[in-house]
Amino acid sequence: MNSYLQIENAKMVFDTKKGKFIALTDVNLNVNQGEFIALIGHSGCGKSTLLNLVAGLTDPTSGVLLLGNREIKGPGSDRAVVFQNHSLLPWLTCYGNVHLAVEKVFGAKENKARLKERTLAALDLVGLNHAVHKLPGEISGGMKQRVGIARALAMEPKVLLMDEPFGALDALTRAGLQDELMRIVQETHATTLMVTHDVDEAVLLSDRIVMMTNGPAATIGEILEVDLPRPRNRLKLAEDPHYHHLRGQVLEFLYQKHLKKAA
Amino acid sequence: MSAVTINEGSLREIMNHPDTLAVAPEAPSKPRPTPFFQTERGQALLESTGAFLKNALAPVLGLALFVLLWQIVSLKSGNLPGPLKTWESAQALFADPFYDKGPNDKGIGWNILASLYRVGAGFGLAALVGIPLGFMIGRFKFLAGMTSPIISLLRPVSPLAWLPIGLYVFKETEPASLWVIFISSIWPIILNTAAGVARVPQDYLNVARVLCLSEWKIFTRILFPSVLPHLMTGIRLSMGVAWLVIVAAEMLTGGTGLGFWVWDEWNNLNVEHILIAIFIVGVVGLLLEQGLMLVAKRFNYE
Repeated sequence: MNSYLQIENAKMVFDTKKGKFIALTDVNLNVNQGEFIALIGHSGCGKSTLLNLVAGLTDPTSGVLLLGNREIKGPGSDRAVVFQNHSLLPWLTCYGNVHLAVEKVFGAKENKARLKERTLAALDLVGLNHAVHKLPGEISGGMKQRVGIARALAMEPKVLLMDEPFGALDALTRAGLQDELMRIVQETHATTLMVTHDVDEAVLLSDRIVMMTNGPAATIGEILEVDLPRPRNRLKLAEDPHYHHLRGQVLEFLYQKHLKKAA
Repeated sequence: MSAVTINEGSLREIMNHPDTLAVAPEAPSKPRPTPFFQTERGQALLESTGAFLKNALAPVLGLALFVLLWQIVSLKSGNLPGPLKTWESAQALFADPFYDKGPNDKGIGWNILASLYRVGAGFGLAALVGIPLGFMIGRFKFLAGMTSPIISLLRPVSPLAWLPIGLYVFKETEPASLWVIFISSIWPIILNTAAGVARVPQDYLNVARVLCLSEWKIFTRILFPSVLPHLMTGIRLSMGVAWLVIVAAEMLTGGTGLGFWVWDEWNNLNVEHILIAIFIVGVVGLLLEQGLMLVAKRFNYE
């Protein structure tokens, strides 16, 4: 049986002022339905580029991306993206931001009451029912990111794509949102691709960690199976020797095999 | 003499007696209300008044110095009216702002309204044409390339240079002055709108793409709100230009309006009225600017 999401020989070349820049090459990855994949690597290794390819925001220079055996051509509402900087529209309330997505995906088939229900349910899922009518400028960074996640989840996507969703948050807020994300993914069984810099985050959340070599011409270096049982608890894992072993393997990849030379 | 004699010793005894002390304290009264200026609200009021006075000090001093200089200059020159004379003249003028004694002799109120109307109409037309044009130039690179040389060429032209063209084409002064306002105030609107469209953050456009929004939704939910602050800047600049130009245009076209009035009073050698006109132009311009600033604030989401 074929995997759900297939990336075959993807190559991405950008035209820059200094000539061609090969961002990604020979990327091959198969993701099963319901799997949680973390993409990790040093900055500039093309993690986000790979995510954008799956999102359909950019087309690969060569190679093929398949989702459910169909080629990915441009963005689609079967793939939702949580952006690094939340990317909420500042003139719409939390409700308005989520509703925009809900309206687009379900507006043709469902009545207004149902759309409203969906929007509120998504905000409830991320614990924001008290801030429904606030503007993004009036809430904290962590809350904005939750709205971004709610917007993505409300679309009931087949694949959830997250580009360093918690990168800009403080450690405590980040931990809280990671726990929430684990719960949500458990509930919705969404196939998830998450770009991250954070080794602990990658080990805690994912089923497999895709470790990327440094750019230019970055590719997948190693893939680490995270066979920790679910549900996972960050406090218990802190004492788990296997957790530390996995964490050590990621660190070893990042800091010994592929240490980025200081620019 | 009373029956009881009180000497020093017995007095001390009385004073120290427990009964005496029990009565001696002040009668228990309601707690005195705190004076207003010691309450929280009073303090806040004092503070804000203090801050206001502090902030007002510099502008008031500046204005006072300005009036003083004006007085000195008028005394030295001998024929320039001083502040007091101008003030008296202004009082007489504003006592009856809306009289109408035929053409060429109307109250100051009518003249102000006439100028405001022309600015509003000319500027409104400029907005009507300039905003959509700005959006299109911002959205389509090819159109930007096409219009850029024309705009660069025409924008620096002095507004009044357009007046003869207007007079020639329209054969009348009224549409000609509207034309001058239109053509001189359209550039800031076009350029700022186009710059705003070109500067819509890529993040927002990515959201639009990921959500697969329709062109109409992109325009109403993303493009327009995002451009609005730039648009308001353009409108404010072009309103400023329009107000600058109208006085000059009316001096040439005549009939009604502040510009005409200035020229008329120059012909009458009524210098106080010219000074008053300068103040009016300044104050109205200031009010327009401040009003638009308030509107712009409403649309600033950051």
